[in-house]
Amino acid sequence: MGRTLKFNIFRFNAEDPASVPHMDGFRLEETEAMTLFIALNRLREQQDPTLMFDFMCRAGICGSCAMMINGRPDLACHTKTKDLPAEITLLPMPVFKLIGDLSVDTGTWFRSMNEKVRSWIHTDNRFEPGEEEERMDNALAENIYELDRCIECGCCVAACGKAAMMPDKFMGATAFCRITRFMVDPRDERKSDEYFEVVGNEEGIFGCLGLLGCEDTCPKNLPLQDQLAMLRRKMGFSQIRHLFSGK
Amino acid sequence: MGAGLAGERVAVAAAVSGFDCLCLSIVPPRRSHSSAAQGGMQASLGNCAMGRGDSPDIHFADTVKGSDWGCDQEVARLFARTAPVAVREMAFWGIPWNRVVAGKGFYYKAGKKYEKIEPAERAGTITARDFGGTAKWRTCYTSDGTGHTLLYTMDSQVVRLGIEVHDRVEALALIHDGESCTGVVARCLKTGKLRVYLARATLIATGGYGKLYRESTNAVINWGDGAAIALDTGLVPIGNPEAVQFHPTGIVPTNILVTEGCRGDGGTLKDVDENRFMNIYEPEKQELASRDVVSRWMTHHIRTGKGVPGAYGAHLWLDIRHLGAEHIKTKLREVEEICKEFLDRDPVTQLIPVRPAQHYSMGGVRTDRDGAAYGLKGLFAAGEAACWDLHGFNRLGGNSLAETIVAGKIVGEKIVEFLRGGETDFKTSVVHRAVEKVRERIDAVTGSSGKENVYLLRAAMGDVLMDQVGIFRNEADLRDAVEKLQAIYERSKKIGLRSSSVHGANPELSACLRLPGMVRLALCIARGALMRTESRGAHAREDYPERNDRDWLKRTLAYWKDDRELLPVLDYELPSRVWEMPPGERGYGSIKIIASEDPGICSPRPETN
Repeated sequence: MGRTLKFNIFRFNAEDPASVPHMDGFRLEETEAMTLFIALNRLREQQDPTLMFDFMCRAGICGSCAMMINGRPDLACHTKTKDLPAEITLLPMPVFKLIGDLSVDTGTWFRSMNEKVRSWIHTDNRFEPGEEEERMDNALAENIYELDRCIECGCCVAACGKAAMMPDKFMGATAFCRITRFMVDPRDERKSDEYFEVVGNEEGIFGCLGLLGCEDTCPKNLPLQDQLAMLRRKMGFSQIRHLFSGK
Repeated sequence: MGAGLAGERVAVAAAVSGFDCLCLSIVPPRRSHSSAAQGGMQASLGNCAMGRGDSPDIHFADTVKGSDWGCDQEVARLFARTAPVAVREMAFWGIPWNRVVAGKGFYYKAGKKYEKIEPAERAGTITARDFGGTAKWRTCYTSDGTGHTLLYTMDSQVVRLGIEVHDRVEALALIHDGESCTGVVARCLKTGKLRVYLARATLIATGGYGKLYRESTNAVINWGDGAAIALDTGLVPIGNPEAVQFHPTGIVPTNILVTEGCRGDGGTLKDVDENRFMNIYEPEKQELASRDVVSRWMTHHIRTGKGVPGAYGAHLWLDIRHLGAEHIKTKLREVEEICKEFLDRDPVTQLIPVRPAQHYSMGGVRTDRDGAAYGLKGLFAAGEAACWDLHGFNRLGGNSLAETIVAGKIVGEKIVEFLRGGETDFKTSVVHRAVEKVRERIDAVTGSSGKENVYLLRAAMGDVLMDQVGIFRNEADLRDAVEKLQAIYERSKKIGLRSSSVHGANPELSACLRLPGMVRLALCIARGALMRTESRGAHAREDYPERNDRDWLKRTLAYWKDDRELLPVLDYELPSRVWEMPPGERGYGSIKIIASEDPGICSPRPETN
C-alpha cells in the first residue's frame, strides 16, 4: 500500500469536433483491495467527470467492462491494482466501434454475431404447457452450462489476430463456443450441414489462424481451444462429405 | 424500457402475437442485472426427493408468509400456479436446468451432513435446491449461473423473433396526456441525442432502485429510472416504496453478494475480536435466522463498536474456514471465486469481510394484477420495477427470478389483449410538450452557474438512506432523513457541471439528469417508512416493533403530484382483495402481532379464482 498509481488513459470523444485522440495522465492514491472499478470511478468523480467507461455488475458476470489493461484485454472490475505495476495504461478494445474513451460498442457486435450463427434452439416441436419437461441427463446439462458461460465481454475478439485483420467479418472464438453449445444440446435439431453453412468458411472456423489469444485471455477460463479443435474437426468432415457427394 | 428478463419476456409474448415490439435498454440486453442472479427460480415441480409433495398451494403459502401478509394474494396464487409452466417453457427454449440424479446424495444443514435418496423414476427431470423460507426444496437452478442462462436464453428468443433492441438508450420521460401513455422521450447514451419513441403500449421493466443506497448488492445501473419517470407523471404511484430488503453478506468494499449457503452450511459471523455474536443475540437460530434478522443484529453489533475498522468503513467477518477446503471448493465454488477474484483472499485460510447491504426493492410502479399501471392507460410494469405485488414486505430467495419470467409471461399476454382491444390516438402536441420539458431539464443543467457537485449529492443521499432509512428505523432518524433529503433535493436544482465539454453522452450530464428523480424516490422511501408506524417484513421500526394488522394491513401508494413540492402525497389501499390465507404467524423472526379486527380479512376463505 501507499503507492501512487499513474494512469495513462486513451481519450477521444467522437461527438466533440474539437476532440483528437490522445492519452491523458492521472495520479491516484492506491487503497486496500482496490480494483480498476474503484479506481476509474474515483478518477471520474474526483478528477475528470468527462471520462467515459462502462461498468454494470462490477462482479465479473455481465461482461461490460473489458478493456486493454497494460496491453492485455481483461475485465476491469476484477483487475486488482496490487497485481499491476504503479504505471497503468488503459486503452479501449480494438475491433469494436469506439463510443468514447474506454467505452466500445459491444452490444451491436454481439447481436450481429448471434444473428449470424443463429444462436437459438432450432426445433420443429411446439411447447406443450401441460406436459412434463423432456428429460435430460444432469451431466449433459452441466456440459451445456459450461459452454453457455460466455459473458460476451469481447476479450477473445480483442486478442484475436484474425479479428484485427477482418474486424467486421471474422466471427471469433465467442461465436465458435456459442455454436458448440448448440451442437451438444439435443434440443437443437440442426444437422452438421446446417452448422457448416454458418461457420464452415473463411469468416468462420476455417479463418482461424490458431494463434489462441482467445484461450489466453478469456476471463471466464472457457475451454476455447478445445471448442476450436472440435469444431474444425467436425466441419472438416462435413467439407469432405460435401466434396464426395458432389454438392 | 428495460431488456432484462421481465422486459424481454413481455417482448417475446407481444412478438409471437404478431405485434411490433422495440426494447430500450441502458446496456446491451445480455448485460442486464438479471444476469447477476446466481441462486435460482422457485417453481413447485416437486421432482427431487426433498421437494416431493410440493404444489402451487405450498408455494403460495410460503410466498404469502414471506411477504408478512403484505402481498396481493390473487397475484401470489396466479404466480405460484404459472411458475412450473414458465420453468418448463424456459427448458424448451434451452435452459440447461440441473436435473435429478438417481441414487444416494448428501446435503449440509447448519454444518451437519445429511443423506437423501433420489428415486430412479424421477431421474432427468428438473431438480431444485434449498432456499430460506420455503417448506420444500423448490429452487430450480443451473449451477451457479441461473440468471445468466435465463437471460441468454431469453435473449436468444428475442434474436430469433427479430425483436429490435436499442441499447444504450435511457428513457427520461413518459409521453402522456393525463389519461394515456403513448411512449417515451429518451436519450441516446452513445451520442447524447434525444429521441422520441411512440408506442401503443409502454412497459416499465427497468429493475429495482438499490443504487439509491450507499451500500447495495445491485448493479451500478439500478438507480430506479423506470420508477422515477412513472412517479414524475404525478399520476402513477409507487407502491410500498419503504419495503426494502437487505442482505447480510455483501463483501467489503464492492458489496458483491456471497450466498446464504455459507451460513446454511455452517459458516459463522465474527466481530473485531474474532468472537461470534449471533449465538448471543439469537441463541436458537444463531447465524441461520432470516435475512432481515441477521442483518439487523450485524448492524446493531457494528453500532456497539464491535465492527472491524477498515478503509471502507466498519465491517464484520464471515468465517467458513472450518468447513474445509474440499467443501469450499465444491459446494461453495462461487464464494471461493469471488473471494479470490475480488478480495484476493482465500476463504479456506482467511476470513471474509462482510456487512449488510441493500438487496431488493419490493416496492415499485404500482400495477393491477394484469401489470397495468395505476393512473395511466397503456402503461404497464413488470419484474422488480413493478409493485405487482407478489412480495409484500419481504421477498423470498428464488422468487425474484421466478417473478420476472412469470410476470413477463402473464403481463405480456395482457398487453396483447390490451392492444387488440382498441385503438390509440397519438397527439403531436403532447409529444412536443414532453420533448420540450426534457430539453428544459437539460438546458437547466448545462446552463447552470450552480456550484453543487452531482457525485457529492448522490453520495450524500446514499449516506442518508443507509444510515437513517436502513435496516433499523425510528421516528427521530426518519424525520431527520426526510429533512436532509429535502435539502439535497433543493441543492440538486443548483448542480453545476464541472465537465469541460458536454458533447455526446457526457456521463456527468447523465448523472445530473437522473439525480432529482432519484432523490424523489428516496423521499418516497423515507416518508413511507416514517408514516408506517409498525414493523412488517423488512421494514423494522425500533419504536414500533409489533406488526400492526389492525391499523397497517395496507399498501402505501406514493404520488409526486407537483414538481415544486418537497414531499410525496401518500395514499393507502388494502394489500389484497382476496384473503385466502388470513394473517397469522410467519413461524420465524418472532414478532408481536396486533390482530386485525376486520372480519372480512381474518376468516379463512376458499380459493376464489
